[in-house]
Amino acid sequence: MTSPVVRDPSGFVIELEQFSGPLDLLLHLIHEEEVDITDLPISKIADQFLAVIGDLGLNQAADYLEMAARLLRIKAQMLLPRRLGDDEWEDPRAELVRRLLEYQQIRELVDWLARAAAVRAERFGRGYEAPPPDAPPAPLQIDLNDLLAAAERVIALIPEPMLHRVVPRPLDVEGALVKIHALLAEHDTFGWSDVVGPGATIVDVLSAFIALLELAKRGTLSLAQPEPFAPMVIRRESPREAA
Amino acid sequence: MSPLAKLLEAALFAASRPLSLEELGSLEPESGEGALRAALTELRAAYGDQHGVELAEIAEGWQFLTRREYAEAIDRAQFALRPRRLSPAALETLAIIAYRQPVGRLEVDEIRGVDSGAVIDKLLERGLVEVVTRGEGLGRPLLYGTTPQFLEILGLKDLEELPRLEELSVALRPPTPAEEPE
Repeated sequence: MTSPVVRDPSGFVIELEQFSGPLDLLLHLIHEEEVDITDLPISKIADQFLAVIGDLGLNQAADYLEMAARLLRIKAQMLLPRRLGDDEWEDPRAELVRRLLEYQQIRELVDWLARAAAVRAERFGRGYEAPPPDAPPAPLQIDLNDLLAAAERVIALIPEPMLHRVVPRPLDVEGALVKIHALLAEHDTFGWSDVVGPGATIVDVLSAFIALLELAKRGTLSLAQPEPFAPMVIRRESPREAA
Repeated sequence: MSPLAKLLEAALFAASRPLSLEELGSLEPESGEGALRAALTELRAAYGDQHGVELAEIAEGWQFLTRREYAEAIDRAQFALRPRRLSPAALETLAIIAYRQPVGRLEVDEIRGVDSGAVIDKLLERGLVEVVTRGEGLGRPLLYGTTPQFLEILGLKDLEELPRLEELSVALRPPTPAEEPE
């Protein structure tokens, strides 16, 4: 990059936000440099363009990047132009120049439209009213019986409410704790079946299990299972008795 | 003033948007278009410069509008709100759509050099452009055109009032088929 100029001698700083796109920025650079748009010094303009978008960290703007790539390609093609005819060489800039002129024309129209809108804004019509919708909805053709039938169909779809009986939690963890403490007082180790005993209900099993986990958490005992699906072995861990 | 002119005056006073010749004609169906135009001319002349409002031909219709010289006073007193200004991106997009309509998004993107989807959506929302048809190309793209609302915010009678491209300082040849393959 030969001359990464982003500020002109007067210290004018380019802010990309003020440009509506890469073509706008290019036109600005061309105007600042006072160069002929139809005989674009592509190398100079490309370098400046890259400097501006690099400098301002606008690398995320794909539109600007695409234009940067296009400029570099044209710059390269300028070195090796293609021959069109006997005495004619292809100008790689032609398409870009066409687009720039087209865009410049649009900018001129934008100025015109902005002026027209500003003049119009100085003339008030009567109070603002939202534009009417395209077509009003068709009026409902319905009599009372239809309405009642429709209401019944809707009501029929409402499911019967489900009633639940709320019961107190039947788990007896306290009772299981007392039982385990009694076993711990007599044995160093014992088995799962010693805790629940024969004929235990699901509630008994759950109560005992929670009690065992609680005591294991406290460090009163340890739980072990020698192998998968083997009966659980409960071992007293420490002499201190928690509650 | 003639009875028809007075009737038109009343209708235009009551309306809060431009009324087209056709709409005004529905007030008194038996009066022909010639009589209608004559009455409008009479009404416009009656308002002349004797009044604070004038009869404007706008958006393919007619509307009473306040005179420009009172804009600042009305604005300052906040009796009426000036419309929101359009962003440069919106104006660029509008200009392209106005001159190339019916035109698809891709062509707008191509001319502006940036993605214009969001801008077009905003213009659709404000009712300044609308989908007019679908293109023949791949995926049958939506093609956009301007609406009467577009003419209204610019104070234009019709699209003919837009400047001709030859009048611009940047004259451009119309795109040749080779440059713009469809």
